[in-house]
Amino acid sequence: MRVALFLTCVNDTLYPDTGRAVVNLLTRLGVDIDFPMGQTCCGQAHYNTGYRHEAEPLARKFSDVFGEYDAIVTPSGSCGAMVRELYPRMGERARAEGRGDGLAAALAPVVPKTYELTEFLVDVLGVTDVGAYYPHTVTYHPTCHGLRSLGLGDRPYQLLMAVKGLDLKELPGAQECCGFGGTFAVKNSDVSAAMGEDKVRNAGSTGADVLCAADNSCLMHLGGTMSRLHTAMRPVHIAEILASTEEEPLS
Amino acid sequence: MSGTFVGMPAFPKAAHEAVGNTTLRANLRHATHTIRDKRAKAVAELDDWALLREAGKQIKDHTLRHLDTYLVQLEETVTAAGGTVHWAADADEANRIVTHLVKETGECEVVKVKSMATQEIGLNEALEEAGIAAYETDLAELIVQLGHDRPSHILVPAIHRNRGEIRDIFTKEMGEWGRPAPEGLTDTPAELAEAARLHLREKFLRAKVGISGANFMVAETGTLVVVESEGNGRMCLTLPETLISVVGIEKIIPTWRDLEVFLQTLPRSSTAERMNPYTSMWTGTTDTDGPRAFHLVLIDNGRTDTLADEVGRQALRCIRCSACLNVCPVYERAGGHAYGSVYPGPIGAILSPQLRGTASEIDASLPYASSLCGACYEVCPVAIDIPEVLVHLRERVVQGGPATRQGNRVVLKPAKGHAAERAAMRAAGWAFVHPGALRAGQRMASRTRRFHPRTLPGPGRAWSATRDLPQVPAEPFRDWWQRTHGKKESGK
Repeated sequence: MRVALFLTCVNDTLYPDTGRAVVNLLTRLGVDIDFPMGQTCCGQAHYNTGYRHEAEPLARKFSDVFGEYDAIVTPSGSCGAMVRELYPRMGERARAEGRGDGLAAALAPVVPKTYELTEFLVDVLGVTDVGAYYPHTVTYHPTCHGLRSLGLGDRPYQLLMAVKGLDLKELPGAQECCGFGGTFAVKNSDVSAAMGEDKVRNAGSTGADVLCAADNSCLMHLGGTMSRLHTAMRPVHIAEILASTEEEPLS
Repeated sequence: MSGTFVGMPAFPKAAHEAVGNTTLRANLRHATHTIRDKRAKAVAELDDWALLREAGKQIKDHTLRHLDTYLVQLEETVTAAGGTVHWAADADEANRIVTHLVKETGECEVVKVKSMATQEIGLNEALEEAGIAAYETDLAELIVQLGHDRPSHILVPAIHRNRGEIRDIFTKEMGEWGRPAPEGLTDTPAELAEAARLHLREKFLRAKVGISGANFMVAETGTLVVVESEGNGRMCLTLPETLISVVGIEKIIPTWRDLEVFLQTLPRSSTAERMNPYTSMWTGTTDTDGPRAFHLVLIDNGRTDTLADEVGRQALRCIRCSACLNVCPVYERAGGHAYGSVYPGPIGAILSPQLRGTASEIDASLPYASSLCGACYEVCPVAIDIPEVLVHLRERVVQGGPATRQGNRVVLKPAKGHAAERAAMRAAGWAFVHPGALRAGQRMASRTRRFHPRTLPGPGRAWSATRDLPQVPAEPFRDWWQRTHGKKESGK
């Protein structure tokens, strides 16, 4: 099986550790993973801000870069949802605008083979115990697109509960949005910040020292809020926890 | 607080004030979380909830697709049952019709059942101009009216008020409108309810004209349905001699049997009740009982324009349950007034810019009043994909494009104030289809990272006022990959 890492532009630019963690984790599990250098951005920010037409070339490029692989794995619930939920919708809209089936046909191949990381682990590889070791108290925030668009369900919890040494604490109000929301974070910064502070407060109430999620965009917002509020907690992407072992612990 | 939404500032500005109001935040948090949790329990009791939701969606979609047929059928059945049907293209026409009908009775006061449609058209204000006093009789609407306030929730219009505030409003204002509040009124729910009961009873017994909306109109029988919790609505619907119902054209359902679905989903979604307490149904007039004259004013007011939009038309399925408001994290923090409309919350954010257009500052800002978290879609009992419509309307705001206004196909211009964003999106789009440009930008960011400030000036302050910026790494992932895996086949 030829597996491609769709890292996302945010992770590529700002969170390379998450990318390295996915590579280490999947390599450890026997997956031969490739990083196609032609990848850039799935177009989610454009689409969700109202620039659907500007997102179309990015979607076409995505399909062009990733189309040849058997599986496409991404450590981002929202970018995964962009491909799985919104690429088909972009094709439908183009059709409704009288532009034919071209876009829908171009995007169709990548839709069913795009997996968010925890889906790929649990559904495709069939593992929940990935042999990880992470001796910390952790609380998990299920990000909205992973939760509601992709329906990740209890997959992330199954994976975290199997991690040796990890003490998982339930996050109060877990299903409430953290307030990031892409351009929402700056267009409605007051409401976004208030939501972020409430999420950080809820996370703090668990006594955990790590706030884990499967999307670094949300963690960027929450981590920035935590650091501004000088909380003792730190944000860590689930890939980095799952990649951590007794031999090579996460530093 | 004034009693009108006209000239409201854009959502972020109005929300800024609400977010800083700790009393309001506490009131809203308590109220929305309580009802949110109760709704979840009430819905979880039904094994066939998903099927009911799908049925509700399909009934509404079918009706909207054949709206012309069902409206004509409704006119026939209502007329046959002794009612009179009036058609109003917009708010002004509806207000003129209702004012004329009230004046014909010779009365100068009316009692009102809680109604979103009459608030949407500003009926109370229109009646007041014509010298007719309109008394709201729903408890929460009474609080809003006595407080010279605006509603902030579809189902619980005074959700932003706590008991102490309500006691103060009753004590100060009831005497101006009729029977004063009892001496020494406290803020216990029973005393507040009793004060309202005494004040309103006087109005019910005197009124000759009642005005209502309707939750449903059954085309096959001409029956109107009002779903309420207090019984005050039933007083207004049965005691006066003349009843005038003002209803949006999308409130129609084809058959009596269709009620089976909505009378299960609406109460559980709105008040978390298994069965609605007061469900009033009437068909025209009856010789021996109830109003002697019944008028139905059907309003369009932007609904046909909304129906013409393939993506946006699903908003017309709405049964006004408010579940989306109660679950919305943005509504919880910004409050209902920030939405500048009688329809606040997620449904308001997609309804107002469609019914009113996107020309005003507030209406153009509403599609952005969401983090697109999707909680609203999840709870919607008629499966309105609110995030989908929000994004669709964002596109209308930033790009303009085809739309229908007053029945005419028009091409809208992009809204003002998005030029810089549009340029940035285009530039980013260009960089993203040219990986070399992206890589150059990433490397530049990495090399200059020591000089990056912790906070940003200008528009970036919106981020950095409350959040630290992430530290740019020494190298982007792609450089690491090429260094360590470069020899390997790397695809395109």
